[in-house]
Amino acid sequence: MLPRPQSHSAALGPGCTGPSLANPTPLGLEPRPVRHASQAPACGAEAFVVDPVALANGQPRKHTQYPYVTGTSVLGITYKDGVLLASDTLGAYGSTKRYKAFERLRKVNDACVVGASGELSDFQFIMRLLEELSDDDFCMDDGHRLKPAEVHSYLTRVLYNRRNKMDPLWNSIVVGGFYAGKPFLGTVGMIGTSYTDAHLATGFGNHLARPLMREKHRPDMSEEEATALMHECLKVCYYRDKNSINRFQLAKVTADGVSVSEPFALETKWGYKLFQDPAANAVGTW
Amino acid sequence: MAASLPMRATVPAAGSGVKQHASWSPYDDNGGTVVAVAGDDYCVVAASTRMSTGYSILTRNKSKILTFNPKCLIASAGMQADMETLHKVLHSRHVTYQFNHRRPMGCQAMAQLLSNTLYHKRFFPYYTFNLCAGLDEQGRGAVYTYDAIGSYERVGYGCQGSGKELIQPVLDNQLKAASPLVLPAQQWLSSLPLEQAVDLVKGAFVSAGERDIYTGDDVEILILTKDGIRTDKLELKRD
Repeated sequence: MLPRPQSHSAALGPGCTGPSLANPTPLGLEPRPVRHASQAPACGAEAFVVDPVALANGQPRKHTQYPYVTGTSVLGITYKDGVLLASDTLGAYGSTKRYKAFERLRKVNDACVVGASGELSDFQFIMRLLEELSDDDFCMDDGHRLKPAEVHSYLTRVLYNRRNKMDPLWNSIVVGGFYAGKPFLGTVGMIGTSYTDAHLATGFGNHLARPLMREKHRPDMSEEEATALMHECLKVCYYRDKNSINRFQLAKVTADGVSVSEPFALETKWGYKLFQDPAANAVGTW
Repeated sequence: MAASLPMRATVPAAGSGVKQHASWSPYDDNGGTVVAVAGDDYCVVAASTRMSTGYSILTRNKSKILTFNPKCLIASAGMQADMETLHKVLHSRHVTYQFNHRRPMGCQAMAQLLSNTLYHKRFFPYYTFNLCAGLDEQGRGAVYTYDAIGSYERVGYGCQGSGKELIQPVLDNQLKAASPLVLPAQQWLSSLPLEQAVDLVKGAFVSAGERDIYTGDDVEILILTKDGIRTDKLELKRD
């Protein structure tokens, strides 16, 4: 196999870039990097694991403290013969609609898609990790691919490891897949909180779409019913979430593989009385 | 729960400053309650399956119990991500132990291992509140109760998690453990017949579900006897 890319450091855990060991070269081959006294143990022994990035440039590592360009909710439901994922295509810079055609649903392999809300550059980094794994699978050429549950478990470890480093990947990720005749739907949060369920939503979607799903979802829904439910959920999210746009994508995973739809818009109606006169039933507002 | 650990984001009072941007905490409290009662020849372990964050329910069906073998398991409440990691670590240690010793790990050994594993992260603790439960070498019920950093004690019954304050006093009253001040120390076990112990646990969860928003949906009940593990399920209110 070709040498692995460096995104999976043995010393630093999954999802951390760096040399595979804290001290990558044997003694005497290369001059040792100069260390700050505070990084060396007082006993004079070698530090076991020291952050190599901090050693390399002599500066403290900079950590993510808040997100910049963010995506809003991702929704997911299972149905009779697969899984549907949906999200809009907005990358928002604060409350500015900065990138309007950012595809937040991506294919991992023929049995799995992921969708991300939260910091979009972190999502692109995560996609690079997954692509490295997929490339390895391709090079092995044995037809084996990561199962959706494995992708989900892997992402849980990556996000949890970065949380432990106090340098989180600021995302909530939804993993959808279809394996061994069963749909898979799981999610991971920025501190590694993970679970699987028959229907899921991240962020605002957990407040806006999840109640609709709880009311209307059945595991034996047909594709048409599931799509209709998804459209309804997307519409509600669009009506009430100001950081969303009317340009959505729908990803479908079935036994036949993965398809991510072209972006589409949903028909909206703003003529409701309550939209035109929102204060009508709220005494004391204006 | 431990007041010194950060738990939920609090809403700043009006006018106390404009929120500039999102912030984060490495800890979260996902709620949930676990209970274990040890008897002469049984052990009952129960855990609610709701997983929440703040006022939101994330899922209604998340198990908090990890079964190692028919005589030893652990149940954990607190932060789900830490719980999952702790369970993964202990599971792999249990597999290694079996390769090395050609037998499954006993409850006492697992209790010590759990303590060491928790204390290993003393200065960045697993935010989990655990019970290690099972049957000891004599076949009697065993329950070990922990704090987040590994202090532990063998008890006759235990309760951890968001419903602890509601359930623990009821168990104290109904099971009447020997005082820890009695010398020599007494090994206390419930004299209740198994079925009554299961009913007591079920009743305790129904009551906690009435008042604790983090306890609800379902209760997963495992009954350990010399014949193996039997499972039972109790449905709570889903509100």
